[in-house]
Amino acid sequence: MTPQSNFMILAPIDPRKEVELRSLLASMNLEPGVVNPQNSIIPFSKLKKLHFARIVILKDDTLNDITAYGLKPVSYPIYLTFLGDVDGDREIFLADLVAHYSAGLKQIFSHCEGFTADKDLLGWIKAKSAPPAAAYVNWVGRTVQQVDEEEALHQALESYIQQEFETLRSMRPRDIHTMLRRFVEDEGRAGRLKLTDPEPTPLGWRFRSLLNLIGVPLLMVLASPLLLIYLPLFIVLLRRRETTDPVIAPRVNAEHADLLASLEDQDVTNQFSALGSLKPGLFRLSTIAFVLLVIDYTAKHLFNSGRLARVSTIQFARWVFLDGGKRVIFTSNYDGSLDSYMDDFINKVGFGLNVVFSNGLGYPRTNWLVLDGAQDEQKFKNFLRRHQLPTQVWYNAHPGLTALDKRRNMLIREGLQASTMNDSEMQAWLALF
Amino acid sequence: MTNPPVDFSDIQGIVRFGYGSLTEASFFLLRIREAEAARAWLAIAPISTAVECKTAPNTAMQVAFTADGLRALGMSEEVVEGFAPEFLSGMGQNSSRSRRLGDVGANSPEFWHWGNAEKLPHMVVMFYARQGQLQSWIQAAQNTHWTDGFDSMDCLTTVDLDNHEPFGFTDGVSQPTLDWERERAPGQNEIVYGNVVSLGEFLLGYPNEYGKYTDRPLLSASDPLAKLLPQAEDAPDERDLGHNGTYVVFRQLEQNVRGFWRFANAQAPADPQVRTAFAESMVGRRMEGKPLVPLQASPIQGIDSKLLEQNNFTYDADPDGIRCPFGAHVRRTNPRNPDLPGQPSNPVSKLLRMLGFGNSEFRYDVEASTRFHRLLRRGREYGGPLLTPDQAIADSSDTQEYGLNFICIVANITRQFEFVQNSWLRNTKFDALTEESDPLLGDRQPITGCPLTNTFSIPQERGVRDRVMNVPQFITVRGGAYFFLPSLSSLRYLAALGETAEKKTSQ
Repeated sequence: MTPQSNFMILAPIDPRKEVELRSLLASMNLEPGVVNPQNSIIPFSKLKKLHFARIVILKDDTLNDITAYGLKPVSYPIYLTFLGDVDGDREIFLADLVAHYSAGLKQIFSHCEGFTADKDLLGWIKAKSAPPAAAYVNWVGRTVQQVDEEEALHQALESYIQQEFETLRSMRPRDIHTMLRRFVEDEGRAGRLKLTDPEPTPLGWRFRSLLNLIGVPLLMVLASPLLLIYLPLFIVLLRRRETTDPVIAPRVNAEHADLLASLEDQDVTNQFSALGSLKPGLFRLSTIAFVLLVIDYTAKHLFNSGRLARVSTIQFARWVFLDGGKRVIFTSNYDGSLDSYMDDFINKVGFGLNVVFSNGLGYPRTNWLVLDGAQDEQKFKNFLRRHQLPTQVWYNAHPGLTALDKRRNMLIREGLQASTMNDSEMQAWLALF
Repeated sequence: MTNPPVDFSDIQGIVRFGYGSLTEASFFLLRIREAEAARAWLAIAPISTAVECKTAPNTAMQVAFTADGLRALGMSEEVVEGFAPEFLSGMGQNSSRSRRLGDVGANSPEFWHWGNAEKLPHMVVMFYARQGQLQSWIQAAQNTHWTDGFDSMDCLTTVDLDNHEPFGFTDGVSQPTLDWERERAPGQNEIVYGNVVSLGEFLLGYPNEYGKYTDRPLLSASDPLAKLLPQAEDAPDERDLGHNGTYVVFRQLEQNVRGFWRFANAQAPADPQVRTAFAESMVGRRMEGKPLVPLQASPIQGIDSKLLEQNNFTYDADPDGIRCPFGAHVRRTNPRNPDLPGQPSNPVSKLLRMLGFGNSEFRYDVEASTRFHRLLRRGREYGGPLLTPDQAIADSSDTQEYGLNFICIVANITRQFEFVQNSWLRNTKFDALTEESDPLLGDRQPITGCPLTNTFSIPQERGVRDRVMNVPQFITVRGGAYFFLPSLSSLRYLAALGETAEKKTSQ
């Protein structure tokens, strides 16, 4: 099994070059919201280990919100970020990226302040890396190559079933299975279908995963006396803040909403990038840091095969602290429209959204950290839309395929290769088509 | 604490009644030429209310406005901006919205008869009457104020098909039951599907299914016309322009009746039974209105007792889509699921379900909960008389149009109508399907990475699915707009807008 990793390069933009940068990024698209996968700057489709990537200008229009606490607004640089989700080790991917596309990368990053990496581009990129506080992968171990091969398998079988339907309809499920297996074997021999066996899981990754599996709870146990002492104080602080924290969730202006909407629903999958400040003080920072630690842990060990709690439409997601924990960026790749995504957020995992985002400045009022909040539907939607940023460039290696499509294709392959299935398993497998 | 009772005399009747006995109807799309005359017409127009009469009236009239129409009447921009963004933006004037609604290809607003940027109505006046009485009812309303105030852009006629839609199926069978008594207190994570829906889903100024009041224009009490409007329930210092009003989604949908039945016939030439069964599988109901899945033994809350045989069901009885395909039209438009699947019987299993555990089946828990996406339908058919399938299939040089003036009432256009249209009907991935859109309403246009959106799968109890390829487009959008349907109080406010305008000019 090849585990996934992610990268994020984050560098302040030279303010004099922002306009130029925007037009450079626009040139990577066929039209707004639709990347040219073979664009000359970074031809994403040639990167065979890349699932998703995006380039976003982190321009935060909500920095004045902090004045609601009587504090002076802080001015942060406008960052450029380039991030992606890849198969295997991030270092190997980045080295490969630099080896092949250094000209395009330099063209982009030369718009950043203090870019002097004409000699050591890889070193500069590593120095500008921003690791996530929590990351989610819909199916740990499912590679780009696997998705490609299994979708080809699915399409070949669908066409074959369609073509042979009159024969198949009168056959017993078991015989259909045999016939389909034979077809796939023939196609394989003819070189038209390929199903590569998974690579062995890297030992280092297995070791780190095990260490994390045991280490995090162990640390929690060790820290539990402290946490227990902190708990009453935490409750007092939480309740005091929850009832007084300002809510800043006005309707977004039409221009911003129209710009975001123009980039969406070009594919069955969409991108979401949102940036915001944390509420001031250590209380909120420590709370979100702890919550993200738990989310990262559960994403690694519990929600690593198809679902993040009840949600089956998120393909990759991550939270990253910026500016020394003053701000957080959340990015995700999700299936369906933004309205259905927010519907899932509110109705399926509202508690999860609340524990994280309620530490963000202006979030709708929560109650005991998990209740209310997102249930204030319109304010919640306004809050998210207000913090959402237009994503200048967005690449998806598998347009048209949702996480559920990828799961179906895995099940088709598993069933095809299964040596024993009872009749009801056989019928359930046939129902996948 | 009891909620104040609903004042039916302040609500336009269409929210409560379908006017079924008023079999004739016409919808006038108007432009306001002269605001003063238009307001004078409004001031005396006999708008029908939701008060129930002992005997049904002979006639009814309703009126609703687009955002431009409200502006043309003299509403200030500040007040107009309090309405929903999608209402302000309009149904056919924004390409992102068109893409989401499937108003692409042949459905593109550029081809619409009305409702695009070039031909946008200010208002719609809906006339209803008993047989033979419509023309005189319309003439009575077309007084001098009407002639001075309005330019008629279009008159959409209707036809009475005796509760059938043009393909020949019984229509309007399933409707949400509105909580007029204001007794519903929706919880989070409801585990049972019900048909009673909070008033705030269909009327502004009342709590919705989240227990919240949908945004609408609230006026300061110091506004000179504020006295005409009630206090907002959730903000007693302000006056509520939306209270007892709502939005009307209007879409003119042309139905290719001959194409529909000819395609069904091509699946099984010379076998009328198979042909009908196939058409029924696309619709998801029998032609006479009964569901394809078995009825539920226990009653579902809020199902009309007269319609139990048509509506007392959910799809729990058909988890594999064998009786009613997953992609069937009525299964897409109303999945009849609760917030949390599996009916967990105790708090522990409920908690496990809330965290996403307890079932790892491929199709488990992939759909959105129905109660946040209900539509109250009030459409009327138009065009030619009802054709039997045989008539529809027969060779004919008939160029008659057939269609539906689709009308639905919702308090939140985006969360209700647009969600159903986009995430349930247009979505090729609905309920873990792929490569198909709604068999009736699908636009069949390719999407990036999905060249096919025009198949229809019929799961089989044994063996592989039957999959029909190349399903043509049967329904074409010919026009549409979002309207605001004001309360009677708000209509008085609109009719009085001239007073403030005069004051302003005299100042």
